[in-house]
Amino acid sequence: MRAWFFSENAYHLLPEAREYDSIRVKLPNRYYDPKLGADLYHRFIDEWLMAEDLGLEIMVNEHHQTATNVNPSAAVVMGALGRVTRSARLLILGNPIANRREPVRVAEEMAMVDVYSRGRLECGFVRGVPYEMSAGNHRPTRMMERFWEAHDLIVKAWTSHDGPFNWEGKYFHHRQVNIWPRPYQEPHPPIWITALSPGSAREVGARGYTVACFLTGFEGTKTVFDNYRERRVELGLPAASRDRFAYAALVYTGETDEAGYAGARKLMWYLESNKVPPQFTGPPGYHPIASTVNAMKGATPGIYKMFQNPTLEGLMEHGLVFAGNPDSVYRQVMRMYDHVGGFGQLLMMSQAGFLDHEETVKGMQMFSREVYPRLKELR
Amino acid sequence: MSDWTTVAGVQLEMVERGRGRPILWLHGEEGLDPDAPVLGALAAHGRLLAPSHPGYGHSPEAATVDTVDDLAYLYLDLLAQQKARDAVVIGASLGGWIAAEMAVKSTTSLGHLVLVAPLGIKVGDRETRDIPDIFALHPDEVLKLQYHDPACARLDPATLSDDRLTVIARNREATALYGWEPYFHNPKLRGRLHRITLPTLLLWGAEDRFVTAGYYGSAYRDAIPGARLETVAAAGHFPHLEQPAAVAERIGTFITT
Repeated sequence: MRAWFFSENAYHLLPEAREYDSIRVKLPNRYYDPKLGADLYHRFIDEWLMAEDLGLEIMVNEHHQTATNVNPSAAVVMGALGRVTRSARLLILGNPIANRREPVRVAEEMAMVDVYSRGRLECGFVRGVPYEMSAGNHRPTRMMERFWEAHDLIVKAWTSHDGPFNWEGKYFHHRQVNIWPRPYQEPHPPIWITALSPGSAREVGARGYTVACFLTGFEGTKTVFDNYRERRVELGLPAASRDRFAYAALVYTGETDEAGYAGARKLMWYLESNKVPPQFTGPPGYHPIASTVNAMKGATPGIYKMFQNPTLEGLMEHGLVFAGNPDSVYRQVMRMYDHVGGFGQLLMMSQAGFLDHEETVKGMQMFSREVYPRLKELR
Repeated sequence: MSDWTTVAGVQLEMVERGRGRPILWLHGEEGLDPDAPVLGALAAHGRLLAPSHPGYGHSPEAATVDTVDDLAYLYLDLLAQQKARDAVVIGASLGGWIAAEMAVKSTTSLGHLVLVAPLGIKVGDRETRDIPDIFALHPDEVLKLQYHDPACARLDPATLSDDRLTVIARNREATALYGWEPYFHNPKLRGRLHRITLPTLLLWGAEDRFVTAGYYGSAYRDAIPGARLETVAAAGHFPHLEQPAAVAERIGTFITT
């Protein structure tokens, strides 16, 4: 198993939550102090470098118009990391390609990062969370159709080396596609795609990419991984290796269980600070009709209740948090591993909110020294 | 009670009622309620055709239909298929936008045009939000802007069937499909409205705080030669829901004189 250190680069120095009604989309940026923001950027880059020194891989993502994540361009920060790191794999999870107006630009940016890093990029594509719709003016309907057209165009741009090709699709038009540079890796960087639903899992499975689940807990993750595997069987394709399956959780390892829980409680800022009004959580068309109907009836699946009123005990019980002393964290990871039929990529959200630099580093060190060697042995 | 019809390969749930002159009712973001009193009242004046646009009500989505432009052609095709002559085309809000787009394309089958608080045009400059962003406002705020009496419009999901809730969710989704961007308008439409040479009535809720008669309604009226703008008292953006009798009466008078 490979473990990835992931930080959302939040700007947590906010007023009391009662002073604003949304941390996303409409929180005025007068609350953002660029001088403090610069310190934070540098701190987070330092933490990614320390992750590499500890033998961990590096993961970044992007969100827009939100204090929960001040990386509106994953390519920019990964460009910097591509230059200053030496050995870590560099995962962007990911590029919200249903929302990017120019897929060819994404292909260019990713090729740049791949070349900068001499072939260490792992390129993720994501649909993007519902809050991104208003933040970027992206229509929430028929998104997956747009997503796959963007994907097809990007892959073709990466793999065409004999001059321009033509693209006049339903959503994207570009008559002379001929990117410089081309990717360092052949035929292109490994592709990762996030999935929540059985349908998406099957699409990713058919293509054999790495599928990633974020905070989907035991049952949600199992459903996605099972559908991915079943789809490959249906198509007569070889079984995917474990490195094609990724799971993201909040992870904090302490010397004792109590120290691990204390760190995890600070990571819960991700969930606790996510104050968002309904118009941004459920833009029409984003969620399937049946889910919207259930939500209208107030029938929230247990796991989503965890997001509304998170408790550490509940989050751990559902497999959204792995925390405690090294033995406890190992056992919790393995419980998920066994439940979902194995996975080869552990995406660790291990910095958030008020978890300071020393605490973040300490959690990483404990994990990499005391837990990671045991996970690496899994083949 | 709805029937089904197929136009240019697109399947539509459609209310058909009454006899005589064709009256095409194009619903707005709220979708089509087959039992809406306004439909019954209008059927007294002719043969009412009231389809649910693709994606609304029980009408399936159509892969080939994702813009108001597509809807305008679809309903011109429907009128042609019905061999309609001298049809009355009535559209409310999003439906008004569809009706206006039809009329600038072709008036061959049309006799009268009624636009009930239509969307579809850009009035102000690029930094003026002509139409409040329903996708970025709390649902309660949207009700306050759109209804004279928001309390009557508030629904209690606990009292509604799964079918009704599904229709509500589908209506919202279809509204995002057709109205997301450019936001509830066609940048070119205002400049084309001069092509409408039909008798045209603009009906507006006097209490419409979503798009006001004074700002948006008068811009529409000024762009359509000879159009008349009338307001309906004690009604917001959906006067046909809040004052169905008054709306049907105004329309009845307009199309018979």
